[in-house]
Amino acid sequence: MYDMKALYEAESVEHAIRLRLEHPEAQIIAGGSDVLVQMREGKRAGKELISIYGIDAMRGISIDEEENIRIGSLTSFSHITRDPIIQKYINVLGEAVDMVGGPQIRNIGTIGGNTCNGVTSADSASTLHAWEAIVELSGKNGVRRLPIKDFYIRAGQVDIRVEDGEIQTAILIPKASYENTFGHYIKYAMRNAMDIATLGCSVNVRLSPDKKTVERARIAYGVAGPVPMRAPSAEAVANGAEISKEMIDRFGLAVLDDINPRDSWRASKAFRQHIAVEMAKRCLFESIRLAGGEL
Amino acid sequence: MSIVGKSEIRLDAFDKATGRTKYYEDRMPAGTLYARIRHSEIAHGFVKSVDTSEAEKIKGVVRVLTCFDAPEIDFPTAGHPWSMDPGHQDVADRRLLNTHVRYYGDDVAVVIAEDEVSAAQGVRAIKVEYETLPFVLDVQKAMEDGAPQLHEGYPNNILKHTSIRKGDYAAAITEPGLIKVEGWYDTPTVQHCHIENHGCFAYEENGRITVVSSTQIPHIVRRVVGQAIGRPWADVQIIKPYIGGGFGNKQDALYEPLCAWCSTKVGGRPVRIDCSREETFVSNRVRHAIRFHIVSWIRPDGSMAARKVDLYSNQGAYASHGHSIVAKAMGSFPQLYPCDNMECDAYTVYTNIPAAGAMRGYGMPQASFANDSNIEECAHAVQMDPVEYRNKYIMPLGFEDGFSKNVNYYDSHRECLEKGKELIGYDEKIKEFAKDTGDIRRGIGCASFWYNTAVWPIALETSSNRMLLNLDGTVTMQCGETEIGQGADTAFAQMAAEAIGLRSYKDVRIVSCQDTDTTPTGLGAYASRQTYVAGFSIRQTAEILRSKIFAYAEKLTRQSVDNMDIRDGNVVRKNDGKVLISLKELAMTAQYNPDDSEHITAESTFTIKNNAYSFGCTFAEVEVDIPMCKVTVKNIVNVHDCGNLINPALAEAQVHGGMSMAIGYGLSEQLLFDPKTGKPLNNNLLDYKLSTVMDHPDLEAAFIENPEPTSVFGTKALGEPPACSGAPAIRNAIYNATGVALHKLPMNPHNLYAAFTEAGLIRDEWQEG
Repeated sequence: MYDMKALYEAESVEHAIRLRLEHPEAQIIAGGSDVLVQMREGKRAGKELISIYGIDAMRGISIDEEENIRIGSLTSFSHITRDPIIQKYINVLGEAVDMVGGPQIRNIGTIGGNTCNGVTSADSASTLHAWEAIVELSGKNGVRRLPIKDFYIRAGQVDIRVEDGEIQTAILIPKASYENTFGHYIKYAMRNAMDIATLGCSVNVRLSPDKKTVERARIAYGVAGPVPMRAPSAEAVANGAEISKEMIDRFGLAVLDDINPRDSWRASKAFRQHIAVEMAKRCLFESIRLAGGEL
Repeated sequence: MSIVGKSEIRLDAFDKATGRTKYYEDRMPAGTLYARIRHSEIAHGFVKSVDTSEAEKIKGVVRVLTCFDAPEIDFPTAGHPWSMDPGHQDVADRRLLNTHVRYYGDDVAVVIAEDEVSAAQGVRAIKVEYETLPFVLDVQKAMEDGAPQLHEGYPNNILKHTSIRKGDYAAAITEPGLIKVEGWYDTPTVQHCHIENHGCFAYEENGRITVVSSTQIPHIVRRVVGQAIGRPWADVQIIKPYIGGGFGNKQDALYEPLCAWCSTKVGGRPVRIDCSREETFVSNRVRHAIRFHIVSWIRPDGSMAARKVDLYSNQGAYASHGHSIVAKAMGSFPQLYPCDNMECDAYTVYTNIPAAGAMRGYGMPQASFANDSNIEECAHAVQMDPVEYRNKYIMPLGFEDGFSKNVNYYDSHRECLEKGKELIGYDEKIKEFAKDTGDIRRGIGCASFWYNTAVWPIALETSSNRMLLNLDGTVTMQCGETEIGQGADTAFAQMAAEAIGLRSYKDVRIVSCQDTDTTPTGLGAYASRQTYVAGFSIRQTAEILRSKIFAYAEKLTRQSVDNMDIRDGNVVRKNDGKVLISLKELAMTAQYNPDDSEHITAESTFTIKNNAYSFGCTFAEVEVDIPMCKVTVKNIVNVHDCGNLINPALAEAQVHGGMSMAIGYGLSEQLLFDPKTGKPLNNNLLDYKLSTVMDHPDLEAAFIENPEPTSVFGTKALGEPPACSGAPAIRNAIYNATGVALHKLPMNPHNLYAAFTEAGLIRDEWQEG
């Protein structure tokens, strides 16, 4: 039994926008794996809810006319993992979201909810940052698109304009981002299931045709700061560099210039820094291997 | 024997698999009120006032009760049998609600409402004003002069201190050439994490009060509820339906007394208290965190010249099972690795954390970690293979303990070690793994454990049983011993079918639910006692039932009772096996005979004056990823000598559960408290790292079946032993893999990072200077 004031069920994106404008205090709920937990804890007790879970148009994965990979915001984690488009172009995202919670959570949890929560530990977030995803928001003024790094404002807060009745409707991966690119994600957690990341690291590379050089490397972390973040110093080390063990070591150490993990009872800063370096190296190594490079 | 010793399917399997089994929540009367508790938000202090006015305004709130309303009765909660000797009774330091709050999460007030949401809103609306006091979380800091005092009459917060003195320690350590192997070993606060949280409901009827509860110990809870609310014990009826596990947490009176009292405050209407998982972690019971200091003095051949062991047990805020746990832990030291000169001191100390009570293993997972870690270091000190060291110095065949009268009738330890070694491939692997030198290294280790069965002679051991012959020739049986998910009912049915002479264990209709108004008095599920103690009363009651059946059969068949037996559900002539009459025909005739009707029943109590050793070991194989500070258990084997197995499949399942618990205890579980406020930090199943099936390898259980001579069915403890030696076996495997001797549980990445850095296996240059 949940302490909710009212529940409004949206039948379409337009209906959801209208409901949002009518009930600006209401909380959007999709799968409910975060919202209901918070409600039970008393944090959102007594709130109104707008459920968008029934809007099937926001579900599913396709390639749009601009050749973006388009992931509807209500697409569940288990759907993403099994989707052939994801498996073909950005398999690492499917692997990353397959590490969320357990099977039941992955069936109910959505990628839109995972990002709209604005938490740094979300398993999809570091990969979406590393692949420079675009967030699509729909409101009374139409559609707004913004890079995912701008979508995250601070811990727990994302750029959604409630006053415009906005909801997140899709996440896009541009072709320039996914073409000929291979990536690997490591979730560092204290157990192998049902856990939240102590640190998440997602790396992807595009290699030169001869597979000797890294043309483009991108790396992003979750839990290395208040919001998911890229590590530009490390990317600078790898971009254009010849593949070598020594380069990978430098790449790993360089992340220390970028990340800013905090001391908490969940893990010390020193420990998070230590594993951040190791994870960067292992993710880069594996990404190069997946891209056909040799070490 | 033909029915015991078989892997029969559990009697409750079908209902549990199809969801028909009824737990306390499934028996709730319509209109039951919800009681929710307001817990203290400080670790130590006095409640100055409780403002309930806002809570009382909430629609649906029926009654708000505060610590100022609660009776000033101090009561004990431990699930121990009552002692007629006041000196041996449990410490009574608990109240229904507290003005003096002693841990973050203590019970201050309760809101009774028509529904769950109103109750929760009511709890949030209560305003509590406190006078805060300094608090202390660490066991040794709590013993210091000037530390905050939790209870009157316990200077330095020491609830109890006991010692063992054997030989002359001071003289023994002067022997020339001794090697000193010294260490501190720290174990964490952990929680049981049974699937079903504790809960109960209570109502008044005909001047008496009934509590239906998720408990392991209905008859003991009846007494505690009576004590706590100041009513004669016989006024109280406790009903125990199926429960979703307990692991010792429910071997305590938890919220039954408060729930009963709440019902009396709303005119006897049914009131329920359902603990949330968060409350289960904090406001039920936890496992004692015990810190050990061990000094072993060994000769160059490894033999133990003298040993000193200090044990500091963190009791938390209330006595609960108190000193019993660390006393049991201490008692294992002179027995497992005997030594002529020993000094042991055990302290149980109050601190401002949740109360520690019984938990599977009752002090032995802690003792086993400390003891077998130190023993491993002793083996290293004399460069002896750790298994060989144990084989040489562990309890010898024929060893007798003067107090419990237990005898090591078989060379159980060595037989178990031998079998474990073989199953895991120890000899080949230890050679193979020694070659690993990179970032990822493999290791293998073992640990043995000491255990016993039931609680005699420390406390009463009694078992009562009732059987009645049904019209179809089956037998209905009531036991005082409880089914808590372990499969006890099935084992009891197998033993009863065997003892009576029925065709199948399914011909025993066991009444699983205990009701203290009608069930023969028993003590409940704890101390790995039930299969052992129930065996005595089952056999005795079966004999009475058989004699009544024979007496009636004599009237019908003219044959002498001395020449009768019951086989496959028939009364037979012993000499030639001729079927004289089936039990069904006999029961029908006896019941409906117009001249001589009889309802054939039997009931008896057996007082057990025996105990029994139950030994075994764990072998673990690990892979350590040093840079990632991660340990993966690749293989794990438990070997137990628990006597004859009544039901091998259930025994195996019991071992698997214990091994899982041991893996969590070793690698990940720990309840944390904020040092600044005493607030529990991770009292939920996300942040408390209970291990999952994804963290386990296949769990292998093996047995040595040496029949226990004192036992009716040759059996002895298996409930708790599987949880004891897993953590130290993993610890010793990590030691073998890395050369790093860990001294603290859990061996999670945080602790490994610190230990590997200290050992120089990890060097983060940027952290230095």
